[in-house]
Amino acid sequence: MVDAIVFVVAAAIVLGGAVGVVINANPVRAALSLVATLFGVALLFILQEAHFLALVQIVVYAGAIVVLFLFVIMLLGVDQAEDLAVEPLAGQRIAGVAIGGLMLVLLLGGLFLSGRGGSDGAVALTGQHSATAALDPERPDVDQLADDLFTRNVLAFEATALLLTIATVGAVVLVRNRGAEDLVVDEPGQAVG
Amino acid sequence: MEVTETWYLILSALLFSIGLVGLLIRRNPLVMFMCVELMLNAVNITFVAFSTALDDIAGQTAVFFVLVVAAAEVVVGLSIVVAVLRRRPSLTADDLTSLRG
Amino acid sequence: MLEAAWLIPAFPLAGFLLLVTFGRRLGEPWAGRLATLASAGAFATTVVVFGGLVAEPSGERFYIQKLFTWVASGSFQVDAGLLIDPLAVTMSLFITGVGTLIHLYSIGYMHGDPNYSKFFLYLNLFIASMLILVLGDNLLLTFLGWEGVGACSYLLISFWFDDEANAGAGKKAFVTNRIGDFGFMLATFVVFVELSSISYADILTRSDELGSTAATVIVLLFLLAAAGKSAQMPLYVWLPDAMAGPTPVSALIHAATMVTSGVFLLTRLNPILAQADTWSLGLIAWVGAGTALLAATIAVAQTDIKRVLAYSTVSQLGYLFLAVGVGGYVAAIFHMVTHAFFKALLFLGSGSVIHGLNDEQDMRRMGGVARFMPVTAATFVIGWLAIAGVPPFSGFWSKDEILLLAWNADGIGGKGLWLVGIVTALLTAFYMTRQVILTFAGRTRFFDVTNEELALAVEARQADFRQGVSTAEAAATKSLEAVAKAEADKTKRLAALTKAQETAAGASEAVRAGAPADDGYEKLVKALDKADKALPKAQTALAKADSGIESAQATAASTQGAVDEARAALAAIEAETLVGPPTVVTALTPPTVVAELSDHMPESFKKRRKYRPHESPATMTVPLVILATLAAFAGAINLPFSSDLHFLGHWLEPSLFGNEAEVGVSAGVKWLLAAVAITVGLLAIVAAFAVYLRGRSKPEFIERDILARAWRIDESYAGFFGGPGRRLFELTAWFDRQVVDGAVRGTATSLLSAGRGLRVTQPGFVRSYALGIGVGAAFVMIWFLGRLYA
Repeated sequence: MVDAIVFVVAAAIVLGGAVGVVINANPVRAALSLVATLFGVALLFILQEAHFLALVQIVVYAGAIVVLFLFVIMLLGVDQAEDLAVEPLAGQRIAGVAIGGLMLVLLLGGLFLSGRGGSDGAVALTGQHSATAALDPERPDVDQLADDLFTRNVLAFEATALLLTIATVGAVVLVRNRGAEDLVVDEPGQAVG
Repeated sequence: MEVTETWYLILSALLFSIGLVGLLIRRNPLVMFMCVELMLNAVNITFVAFSTALDDIAGQTAVFFVLVVAAAEVVVGLSIVVAVLRRRPSLTADDLTSLRG
Repeated sequence: MLEAAWLIPAFPLAGFLLLVTFGRRLGEPWAGRLATLASAGAFATTVVVFGGLVAEPSGERFYIQKLFTWVASGSFQVDAGLLIDPLAVTMSLFITGVGTLIHLYSIGYMHGDPNYSKFFLYLNLFIASMLILVLGDNLLLTFLGWEGVGACSYLLISFWFDDEANAGAGKKAFVTNRIGDFGFMLATFVVFVELSSISYADILTRSDELGSTAATVIVLLFLLAAAGKSAQMPLYVWLPDAMAGPTPVSALIHAATMVTSGVFLLTRLNPILAQADTWSLGLIAWVGAGTALLAATIAVAQTDIKRVLAYSTVSQLGYLFLAVGVGGYVAAIFHMVTHAFFKALLFLGSGSVIHGLNDEQDMRRMGGVARFMPVTAATFVIGWLAIAGVPPFSGFWSKDEILLLAWNADGIGGKGLWLVGIVTALLTAFYMTRQVILTFAGRTRFFDVTNEELALAVEARQADFRQGVSTAEAAATKSLEAVAKAEADKTKRLAALTKAQETAAGASEAVRAGAPADDGYEKLVKALDKADKALPKAQTALAKADSGIESAQATAASTQGAVDEARAALAAIEAETLVGPPTVVTALTPPTVVAELSDHMPESFKKRRKYRPHESPATMTVPLVILATLAAFAGAINLPFSSDLHFLGHWLEPSLFGNEAEVGVSAGVKWLLAAVAITVGLLAIVAAFAVYLRGRSKPEFIERDILARAWRIDESYAGFFGGPGRRLFELTAWFDRQVVDGAVRGTATSLLSAGRGLRVTQPGFVRSYALGIGVGAAFVMIWFLGRLYA
């Protein structure tokens, strides 16, 4: 019962924040809506006993990534509201909403159609019980996560470490001031070639 | 009412669709990025839901990696945005037309 | 002995290569001697091979010497090799023999020419190509030689290409030949398609595998090729123009050798001809007969000594085609051999005449040359008798064979062919006699004035008289000035007289008027005296002035009279028209008398009057003598009196595979036909004597303008190709430009515009691309779900 209430609240926060991101003209407000969504997702993680992930979600996503977004917005001074009344590309809005709706329908359809296949809900869609990495309700999830990460997925782990390094270096390279020759940017509305 | 994983999956689908629509509708590059983050979060929710349902830690491992990669992606993407918008802060996605045929 | 066959074309080829490398350095006369040696070497080798072939038994005279594999391409195998059989050896004998004599002749003829060595290397190349043509053992090798002689003919005709006309003649020959070459190629293709082989060993023995339609097609195409090379209708137009080349070239290529290649080809392929429909052979015969008659009619009106012989060659080649058409291959080869001798003789003789008369080629300006050039004249006469068909010279025997076979031919109008042949023989005898008379007999018109020189002299005289008129006019003007001067003088004197009179009158008045003072009175008296003395002086002066005027006027009158005389004389001269030498000449044509012009004659005339026509050097006369001997006695190789004397006939049997026509005519008819031929020939000779030597009737009746212009055939060709033909060519060119190239360009253009159209789908907006990705993702989802649940 409690779970359900928590779930509904968390879901509301998530969806509200998501809509806020899409609707808000001001990018700063959109970023703050994003924070709300991320918090909601963290709540959902906690609900499912994935405490470590919830923490990491807040620290990394809300605490670092969104902060990074806000830094960029403030650094560049792009916090002017976008003019949402005008849509320069004809039919883009309708098509966008249509595709979004279609995607939703497909996903839900896939979800519910799978019920026909077997016993309960999502199980028949895909996935199998793991033989080696079964969740043990007794052990803390951090330990289990660490176990899985550093034994079965150690290569991927090291690779992501490398990835982070590369990303850092790449970011520095992309952003440095080259003096006169910076990235060439087209004139607004002008076609090239 | 028991919270089955189906609830999570429906929520995830909704979140994903909202993110997709936002990506197609908004013109500000930063907001478009945020919509991408929404979609990634939807996927994270799905992974954890399955992890619980299938009694497998691998789902959470996947979320871990998604998180790392999303962070890296944001870093690189925002540095590009900075490099481009530094010159002209009023740029929108519609102005980047070098791919025009 | 037969293995030496490859040396036959090798000698002249080696000569060619040596002259290409060292010819310029060798220069005169060693370049010529080297070339002659090469040709003589080929002749010697041919004799050796001939001996080797004779040594073989009669049934085995068919020897193939393979040199190397030339084309090895799948099922198409062609070996380069030589086929030594009686036909090939006969051709090689007279090609190399006559060729060597002509090489020797050219040493003298081309003396002094700046391109001496080039001439001889072309000649050697020609001999080599011709030998490849006749000795090749397959159609491709023959074609190689065929093209080679065509190219050499072009090079040699336009040897003096600085003159535009010579270059044009070479091009005309090459292009006309090319039409024939097209027929050759097509025929080779058909042969290959039908028999899967193009070597003679195969196609001659397997010719019965050909259906009559295929054989007819092949024969017609080869007829086209032969008509081009051997100058038959309608492709004969290049041969008269080819006389622009040096005379040895005309003798070798356009009399004895190259032009016989067409007949050789048809004779070589006689099994295929035997398989073809009879009408195609009839076509060959009638083309030959028609051409013979046409060319003979044109020859009677030609005035260039070489052109007569050129049309004569076309005519005699027509006889050869006639022979082939009626199945008389032996007769064709016989006449080919005798023709080679007497025609080369006639050409070389005419070259000797031209050389001796300082490059004069117009017969109307020759005459009486026999006096200066006895050897040339004697040999020429033998050649004349041979071609006119006077027995016992060789031409009679060979021509008679052909006429007999024509009479004998059934199904293709043989009697008609015979009639055309007889008329042609009549014309041949006539025009050749005309040529001999105009060149060698009668008065030497060489020293006569030409029309051009006459015009120049008249011009000079008129200029002289005009000069006289202007001189007279100058004198008249001067005398008029003198008159004026005299009158001015008189006026002066008159004035002086008047003044003196007044002075005298004044002085006497003064004296009469009164007595002034004493000094004054004496002065007055002195003045009166002076005045009285001055008066008569002035009067005398006046009288003198009067007489001066009279004499000046008299002079003026006389000079004016002189001017009028001079003008009258000039008018009289301009009014008169002097008649130059006529365009149609006989041996009796009188010279144009031009006594009053003798002071004004141009340099060329005076130089010519001093020129002494002379006999040609030994290098030129020796070949003439040799050829004359051959022309006289060559008839012996195939006399008709009995089968034993048919040496040539028996000799050629292995090459003819029994396709020689059978003569089903009785001996009596044979004698009758021979008698008719002899009579016709003699009648023509007598008629020509009557017209040209005795002046019994006017030659203008015969030498009509239309004949001199060759029935305007050349002109109509030029008109067609310049007019409608050109439009056709331009249409083809237009088609190529617009349709063919246009298709290529159109493809490119349409692709470009399609690309331009497709650019619309690439607006460059990132969000549109994102939309596209979204749509794609949706489709993928639909597909997966469909696979799983549908």
